[in-house]
Amino acid sequence: MKVKYDKSKGLTDKPLSYCPGCTHGIIHKLVAESLVELEILDKAIAIASVGCSVFSYEFFNCDAQQAPHGRACALATGVKRVLPDNIVFTYQGDGDLASIGIAETIHAANRGENITVIFVNNAIYGMTGGQMAPTSLIGQKTTTSQDGRTQALHGNPIHISEMFSTIKGVAYLERVSVHNPKNVMKAKKAIKKAFEYQKANKGFTMIEIVSTCPVNWGVKPVDALKWVESDLIPEFPLGVFKDKGDQNE
Amino acid sequence: MAKVLMKGNEALALAAIKGGVDAFYGYPITPQNEVPEYLSKHLIDAGKVFLQAESEVAAINMVYGAAGAGKRVMTSSSSPGIALKQEGISYIAAAELPCVISSVMRGGPGLGSIQPAQGDYYQATRGGGNGDYKLIVYAPESIQETIDIMKDAFNVADFYRNPVLVLIDGLIGQMMESVDFDRPVKERKLPVKDWATTGTKDHPGRRNVANSLHIDAQELEDQNIHLQEKYALIAKNETQHEMINMENPDYVIVAYGTMARICRSAIKELKAKGISVGMIRPITLLPYPKLAFNMIPETTKGILCCELSMGQMLDDVLISNKGRHKVGFFGRSGGMLPDPSEIVDAIENFSDKVVE
Repeated sequence: MKVKYDKSKGLTDKPLSYCPGCTHGIIHKLVAESLVELEILDKAIAIASVGCSVFSYEFFNCDAQQAPHGRACALATGVKRVLPDNIVFTYQGDGDLASIGIAETIHAANRGENITVIFVNNAIYGMTGGQMAPTSLIGQKTTTSQDGRTQALHGNPIHISEMFSTIKGVAYLERVSVHNPKNVMKAKKAIKKAFEYQKANKGFTMIEIVSTCPVNWGVKPVDALKWVESDLIPEFPLGVFKDKGDQNE
Repeated sequence: MAKVLMKGNEALALAAIKGGVDAFYGYPITPQNEVPEYLSKHLIDAGKVFLQAESEVAAINMVYGAAGAGKRVMTSSSSPGIALKQEGISYIAAAELPCVISSVMRGGPGLGSIQPAQGDYYQATRGGGNGDYKLIVYAPESIQETIDIMKDAFNVADFYRNPVLVLIDGLIGQMMESVDFDRPVKERKLPVKDWATTGTKDHPGRRNVANSLHIDAQELEDQNIHLQEKYALIAKNETQHEMINMENPDYVIVAYGTMARICRSAIKELKAKGISVGMIRPITLLPYPKLAFNMIPETTKGILCCELSMGQMLDDVLISNKGRHKVGFFGRSGGMLPDPSEIVDAIENFSDKVVE
């Protein structure tokens, strides 16, 4: 019997710790497949962050370091500068990257660190139980914005890809989603391209992935996917924000 | 290399290079700026890594990353900067990664001043990071001793897989002395870094992970017990101190770093007055040379703890003394350096200085 589809060798056998309906699992698979297909798994070092993906160092089948909250890009910088021939990537949520770790992320991008950032944006703090994130939408009810986020009280959702598109050191930057098969395919292509760029020493690459959190959004998994389409993507439009292509700056 | 005249901070930096540093990540802060300035030129010229980080927080986490990758890595800062690094230091100690941190102390608390002080004894030995971790803390009193310690610091860190903190003050950092970089370093048989995260290509069949998360309570307690066993071994093997004039002293001074040098002068002045004063000079502040206090004769009238702070090492003096002798305290702070005559006065009027 011919095996047509199997679990990626880029993932360990450890059962994922993510909630039912969460799209972290799909994103893990896409990262793992990209590392295997590009034959860089055995020289990859994953930097896990703090949040739902805190255990990602147990899921990616490569060496890993577990970073303090928000500091993944600093660890990645530290590793990549001493091991420039390895592949270094971070896997971070919106609280970790866009709030407590925004300085580390901006400066890693500005230095053009030759690392890849997988930025999972689900507009909420998942691990801690559904608090407001820097990317939560206006009107979104969370455990710390119980009447809904307002601009007056909390400011507007922060747009990471738009901000980072202005930074010279960024080589490739795309916002994708994984809420349907067509977008999963696009996301895979983007993630793989980011790693290809790192392999070619092109500089900082980041893929922002709009993701779901049915448990903390308080909706069914199917409705979560619908909410991505109806509300999240209009706020966080998908697309390529920066592509240096073959240029070398 | 013959003796050279060199500034403390630059000598510390050169000693780090002699000690085999592969990478430096740091952030500017007075009075330690000559450390990164010197390394920015000489490390890059040598094909090694120097990076000025965007913050103290980022710098210590870059150290985490490079240490996890198995390289000899250091950062340098001063009091408020070390405060910002404490989170990362706790993680590095917990993940058992070797690194060297140098701190050139200035006056505090808060923004304090840029003058020399020793107000970071608690910060160095008690730490501000969370959890049951310990550093190995050296407090040299001269530039020569700073060099000797820095050259060995990476070996110590690698041997125990533990962060080492070299604690000097702004005076040692900023002054110049004649120094020798060729003094021998203790030989240590260092373990292979087979835990380093360099990619599974280097260790097929095994994933290396630098981590401090142990969600299972028993697993975390086991790790904490393991750390405590390591700290006990460090205390047994690495505790260092100097004893000066300890044969039947009338009084014993306990002082470290710059304060110990001032006390040396005071001890000479007291001798001329017919008062015999000895000194215990801790070279490691953590582990603390507790056992040295057993050498103080019963006939000694008292112990005077002298610090460039308001009484922090005093806690360890009281713990080590175990109630045997009267303990007095003399301290200046904020960048104020005492004249030796002030310590002479403190000994002559010891009863006014007694705290316990």
